[in-house]
Amino acid sequence: MSTSHEYIQYETGEPVADTKAPAGDVHERWDKRRFEAKLVNPANRRGHTVIVVGTGLAGGSAGATLAEQGYHVVQFCYQDSPRRAHSIAAQGGINAAKNYRNDGDSVHRLFYDTVKGGDFRSRESNVHRLAQISVEIIDQCVAQGVPFAREYGGLLDTRSFGGVQVSRTFYARGQTGQQLLLGAYQALSRQIAAGNVELHPRTEMLDLIVVDGKARGIVARDLITGKIDTYFADAVVLASGGYGNVFYLSTNAMNSNATAAWRAHRRGAYFANPCFTQIHPTCIPRTGDHQSKLTLMSESLRNDGRIWVPRAKGDDRPPHQIPEDERDYYLERIYPSFGNLVPRDIASRAAKNVCDEGRGVGPGGQGVYLDFADAIKRMGRKAVEAKYGNLFDMYQRITDEDPYQVPMRIYPAVHYTMGGLWVDYDLQTTIPGLFAIGEANFSDHGANRLGASALMQGLADGYFVLPATINDYLARHPHEEPVTAEHPVAAEAVRETEDRLARLLAVDGDRTPDSFHRELGELMWEFCGMSRTDEGLRKALDRIPQIRDEFWRRIKVPGTGEEFNQSLEKANRIVDYLELAELMCLDALHRAESCGGHFREESQTPDGEAARRDDAFSYVAAWEFTGTGTSPVLHKEDLVFEYVHPTQRSYA
Amino acid sequence: MTRTLWDSTVGKKTVMAVSGIVMLLYLVAHMIGNLKIFFGPDEINHYARWLRTMGEPVLRYEWGLWILRVVLVTAVIAHGVCAYQLSRRDIKARPSKYVHSKPRASYATRTMRWGGVILALFVVWHILDLTTGTVHSGGYQHLHPYQNIIDTFSTWYGDVIYIVAVLAMGLHVQHGFWSAAQTLGAGSRTRDRVLKTVGNVLAALLTAGFISVPVGVMTGLVS
Amino acid sequence: MKLTLRVWRQKNADAEGAMSTYEVDGISKDMSFLEMLDTLNEELILKGEDPVAFDHDCREGICGACSLVINGDAHGPERTTTCQLHMRSFEDGDTIDIEPWRAAAFPVVKDLVVDRSAFDRIIQAGGYITAPTGAAPEAHSTPVPKADADYSFEHAECIGCGACVAACPNGAAMLFTSAKINHLNVLPQGAPERETRVLDMVAQMDEEGFGGCTLTGECATACPKGIPLFSITGMNKEWLRANRKVSR
Repeated sequence: MSTSHEYIQYETGEPVADTKAPAGDVHERWDKRRFEAKLVNPANRRGHTVIVVGTGLAGGSAGATLAEQGYHVVQFCYQDSPRRAHSIAAQGGINAAKNYRNDGDSVHRLFYDTVKGGDFRSRESNVHRLAQISVEIIDQCVAQGVPFAREYGGLLDTRSFGGVQVSRTFYARGQTGQQLLLGAYQALSRQIAAGNVELHPRTEMLDLIVVDGKARGIVARDLITGKIDTYFADAVVLASGGYGNVFYLSTNAMNSNATAAWRAHRRGAYFANPCFTQIHPTCIPRTGDHQSKLTLMSESLRNDGRIWVPRAKGDDRPPHQIPEDERDYYLERIYPSFGNLVPRDIASRAAKNVCDEGRGVGPGGQGVYLDFADAIKRMGRKAVEAKYGNLFDMYQRITDEDPYQVPMRIYPAVHYTMGGLWVDYDLQTTIPGLFAIGEANFSDHGANRLGASALMQGLADGYFVLPATINDYLARHPHEEPVTAEHPVAAEAVRETEDRLARLLAVDGDRTPDSFHRELGELMWEFCGMSRTDEGLRKALDRIPQIRDEFWRRIKVPGTGEEFNQSLEKANRIVDYLELAELMCLDALHRAESCGGHFREESQTPDGEAARRDDAFSYVAAWEFTGTGTSPVLHKEDLVFEYVHPTQRSYA
Repeated sequence: MTRTLWDSTVGKKTVMAVSGIVMLLYLVAHMIGNLKIFFGPDEINHYARWLRTMGEPVLRYEWGLWILRVVLVTAVIAHGVCAYQLSRRDIKARPSKYVHSKPRASYATRTMRWGGVILALFVVWHILDLTTGTVHSGGYQHLHPYQNIIDTFSTWYGDVIYIVAVLAMGLHVQHGFWSAAQTLGAGSRTRDRVLKTVGNVLAALLTAGFISVPVGVMTGLVS
Repeated sequence: MKLTLRVWRQKNADAEGAMSTYEVDGISKDMSFLEMLDTLNEELILKGEDPVAFDHDCREGICGACSLVINGDAHGPERTTTCQLHMRSFEDGDTIDIEPWRAAAFPVVKDLVVDRSAFDRIIQAGGYITAPTGAAPEAHSTPVPKADADYSFEHAECIGCGACVAACPNGAAMLFTSAKINHLNVLPQGAPERETRVLDMVAQMDEEGFGGCTLTGECATACPKGIPLFSITGMNKEWLRANRKVSR
């Protein structure tokens, strides 16, 4: 094993700027942009092919909408059906500035809350557009038959979520993501039946084809036959989700992966803010080494559940034997005005702090109580059941404990990645013709995403933003020379992909793909998880290339490439995690401030709160790939705040 | 209309439900007729003659009975053909069995197919025995059901065949009535108990009513 | 825990399959069933054998990917998905039979993985409300009675896993199809396509080679989301109504 402590460095390049967002009043920018965007004559749209990778909320809604507009859409998902994309697992709800409650909500307030919640690391133009579109999303989904929760009068019900003081979250029991995704899936299905969308399920994108500087197609593998094929289009849209699975244990689906985004990055798309990862405070604690994934309990539980730990260290009495005055409802104590509904990053870190103090509960002291005893007393068991019944059932199934009797135990877990491919206001990456939407891009959440905003962003991008902005690109690049599989760039991309898979199969070592993935994940969780230090990140940066090296010497992938081979799929995804992890640590190391989900221990206030450093880090870090293990180039996009003035976030 | 009832599995089930209910109504009437045997030969023999004169003077002699027979035969054929076609389809839809399999549905549900076949065979024998007299055990006398019935149930095999068939009918009705209600869209969460109860009571009454006749003969109550 | 597993192994769609026996040891009661299979697969890979292929993704009971028949029960002995089944439902020393969904309309892809695209085609036939993006009226313009919204939701919960088909002795997809029809047909937004939806979806369901319903109720018993058997009754009612309306 290498003993050197040489880790990857970076170079600083030219700044990058979002050239598409119009100037002027933030309220008018989106209208202005839509008006200025060139349109494609409806009669000519059939002649344009758009590739969409992924069928989650963003991809599903984009595919359906582009097809409705008349484009020919070729869509891919690794799952056996578009309906299984991981958006389906989102539980709590979707935000919209409808102000149906008359509680002081407005587009401007949603905009303000989101910029503030993101700890002032997102773009005002993008976030404002998101807030504007939020109201249309609800209309759209209701029209599609999404069965949102309703009140007795037949009108839509809403609830509160973390980081805000209004009730603007629309929900469908604890399955909001499922219902919204099925709405998009059904709209997509309609277009598939109409012949406007050509769907390739169980087909995974493994590379991007860039011809003359423009994205013109992808290389994809049929997961059943193993056949590697090329697909071509006038534009490529990545809706492939986030990269939380770098951590091995996360709330992501087992097969969610970063390959599409990372391969695009390798082909020239900048990757922005990779260190901005969200650790969700309310997940079910892990039970042992066998653990393959973590399960989230919806943040909505924090509406009525109270979070606490024993006041004394090492108090191992059962919860009901701990008297009220020996309990520490630490969120209510530290943040009296937001209480249990502080944003996710703050709640997660507070949980980590009390556990680090030795006051955690459950096996290994890695947990805090989420207690519904007061809620049951106040609302009655029936009301609690109606509101959270399915979540309670899920908790009981996994832990074998009855949360109506015993407080739930929760602990933070990796949940969402705010970072992603850098995109401009049009959602176009630095590769012309390559767009990234939903969690795959970095755009709207800054350093921390508020609850119920991911669904909002995915659908805003897919239903409304991309279909408007992609027109402009296609209109400006009418019918380029068609690219075929024989094109040298395409042939080379296929060859590289085939080589990579062949190499994986040829190593025939003595370690399984999962063993590497777990090792990488543990390293990332320790050094690039809830709290990060200069020293720890350097350790990780030192270790990752060693794991990568070992991976290519010791990996064992059974079977062949010409068949259904889940081990090969997995190993190939780990190849990309092993590179992405390094960039995440490097980004985390270079950003010597605490903001949102990125907490650097060196940068905190005397009372342990995150200290943002706007003087030095009020920018988006967009990274350019230069090669595996070689120094990437940092391009900064300065953030300008005209409407919401950066202040130290206060939820006290 | 290309989407006729006949093209669809749901349509075929509807045909089965409707024809099943026609047969069920007939069974109720038939059972009531049978029970007349306990009131003596005149009562039931008179009833047999009335069956032929019912509807007069609008209908001519035996017309009413023939109309009934045509309706019944149509129902039996429709029910049987649909059952056959659906069964073939069902078997094709599940070509390989589970290595580890266990029966779970109720006995009545699982025996619908073979129960139906038993009933069909029984009906053939029953007609040859008591309508045409072809395989009747004693000297068959037209329009003298009292004696004919006693003849049949005086043989051990007559009793066995009949009782087995009636039990099969009971099971068939028990699942069939409730099932028909679901097929015709009449079921719901709130109505389920009522429908199940009606099905069970109907099945029990029909079984008891029909079996009482051979039992009556065997015990000498009817002679 | 130490267990004996008898697993259906089939190289690909065209190959013959058979049950193979494996022993696994050191299984914790807190493991999910799929984590137990992960353990087996890790051992198989190191032994140079082909690991058991099975569909899985979210592992929190909502994506509908996992699909195992365990000891003759779709998704195993508890009323949940395979990924949410935990080993505490089994005893040390048990022998567990693991098979794929079996239905003509769900051909085996490999081992325990089947092709469920027939479900997608049923949805494509009419399991949607035509509401092109941008054309939606204000959400509150049409109130939906809470009872209808709840009824709709109850059916919308279907995760499309196919346990209903796997459990049905006739390989029927009635519960899946009816769930979508009831979800959409009860809503005012679904009314304009109410008749064509049920007629087209039922026709597609038949086209795919699923069997008919004999109301054995096995589908509803196996359904991890508790879609009730009355869902099928509701669909039958809608189908008959649609036939009356359309022929008028």
